[in-house]
Amino acid sequence: MSVDAATVRRIAHLARIAVSDDEVPHLQGELNAMLAFVEQLSEVNVEGVDPMTSVTPMEMKKRQDVVNDGEIADDIVANAPATEGHFFLVPKVVE
Amino acid sequence: MTNLTSLTLAEARKGLADKTFTSLELTDAHLSAMEAARALNAFVLETPDQARAMAREADSQIAKGDAGPLAGIPLGIKDLFATKGVRTTACSKILGNFVPTYESTITSQLWRDGAVMLGKLNNDEFAMGSSNETSCFGPVGNPWRREGSNTTLVPGGSSGGSASAVAALLCMGATATDTGGSIRQPAAFTATVGIKPTYGRCSRWGIVAFASSLDQAGPIARSVRDCAMLLRSMAGHDPKDTTSVDIAVPDYEAAVGKSVKGMKIGIPKEYRLDGMPAEIEKLWEAGAAWLKAAGAELVEVSLPHTKYALPAYYIVAPAEASSNLARYDGVRYGLREQGRNIIEMYENTRAEGFGAEVKRRVMIGTYVLSAGYYDAYYLRAQKVRTLIKKDFEDCFARGVDAILTPATPSAAFGIGEKGGADPVEMYLNDIFTVTVNMAGLPGIAVPAGKDAQGLPLGLQLIGRPFDEETLFSLGEVIEQAAGRFTPERWW
Repeated sequence: MSVDAATVRRIAHLARIAVSDDEVPHLQGELNAMLAFVEQLSEVNVEGVDPMTSVTPMEMKKRQDVVNDGEIADDIVANAPATEGHFFLVPKVVE
Repeated sequence: MTNLTSLTLAEARKGLADKTFTSLELTDAHLSAMEAARALNAFVLETPDQARAMAREADSQIAKGDAGPLAGIPLGIKDLFATKGVRTTACSKILGNFVPTYESTITSQLWRDGAVMLGKLNNDEFAMGSSNETSCFGPVGNPWRREGSNTTLVPGGSSGGSASAVAALLCMGATATDTGGSIRQPAAFTATVGIKPTYGRCSRWGIVAFASSLDQAGPIARSVRDCAMLLRSMAGHDPKDTTSVDIAVPDYEAAVGKSVKGMKIGIPKEYRLDGMPAEIEKLWEAGAAWLKAAGAELVEVSLPHTKYALPAYYIVAPAEASSNLARYDGVRYGLREQGRNIIEMYENTRAEGFGAEVKRRVMIGTYVLSAGYYDAYYLRAQKVRTLIKKDFEDCFARGVDAILTPATPSAAFGIGEKGGADPVEMYLNDIFTVTVNMAGLPGIAVPAGKDAQGLPLGLQLIGRPFDEETLFSLGEVIEQAAGRFTPERWW
């Protein structure tokens, strides 16, 4: 399988990465090189094989349902590019 | 006291215990070496004040007689590990001036045991790369050069800063991470020792995530014993990482020097590639002969799905990366670029903040997870991964204790030499190491010789799950036979 220019733009939008028109051909070439490389997986017989979900067989650990953290709002917003008090500021999302 | 930097970690531990020198002296010697080696670009942040404060604290603990196992030992920390109050960037513009308000579990365990932080080490952006060329701080120089040449070579990647700094005697050991070979390949390129432990052996908490089902941290150091000492402090159960395994951490150092007599070592025929340099083939044979001379038994084994590991990796790893890196949206930390609305703000931030390799991988990951392609790519790759793991399980079930392979298909190459036209050319560097991540196994790279141009080459040993001890025992045999290699100083 290979991707066309429109697909490259669609993937970029899904990935939330702005791509200019002159970047598209280059990205298309690179993505197609990667897709051509992984194409060889189609020759493997995977009939009846379970997909891997955990590389180390283990029970999913569950934490106690208790509050063991908190009151660190200052820490949470410490690295944000725009804040007001303990809130993150973003461009308007609701008209 | 400049020769303090050429000690191994084990030798330094003894010197500190015997009061031959103090941690402050040892730390100052390394800080001077670090400052004099800026041409290598191994460190992206130097923390001399913190280093001296930690060294004084270690000295007082040593004086009181209650020193930890790594008391006073100066280390470098890959910039992928969150360090409280110390800028952590994953060498990406998108993290900008991120200063964590918390400490990664692994580094907190190193400080608990008395180690000293010299600074943060360069790496490929988000650990995506095999040459340390994708870092937003620029490439790292390998302390090794071809004989009679002034060309600067790459140290490998993604833990290129870690490997370069350890090889150039700027720190006694370093933390590193390995998703497809990022500890073992740079170790092989710089004649250092690096171990990627079993998945789950070390906590991933506080390490910038790349591909969570493959990422595992480990040490790079100058000897097998030094790696064993560091891993003991780094490993252990952490309730904050649900994939961290709750089994006791053995005294890895006790395995160094232990007899390997009667061990069964597998030589996988699928690792004998067409067009593999004769030197690599020769090195592999030498390694097998050393292990045989030490009493191990060599057996040919087959890992039939080996060739599919790298393509499967380039579906699984980008898929996980595209999900993990969704968090860099310009809202909670790091860079923000303006846009006319919130979507544009995200898109502009990520376009400006991510480098070319990261964008490529996030996009391919987004594609293979998108509607209509998930089954054909991602699900199939995860099934192939099951088969790769089964190859190893079958092999170990026949009584094989460990598997010996070359660490890399070539020695270090020049900056800008690979991957310019086709990204896959760079990816092939990890062909011998990536299988180990796909199967979650431990793997160690040990320097074993040099190529015709005088560049170091390494061998890899792959072990059973949670049997790092066997790798330390076998690695020591190779180190004793091959000797240690130190680059000539040019920087």
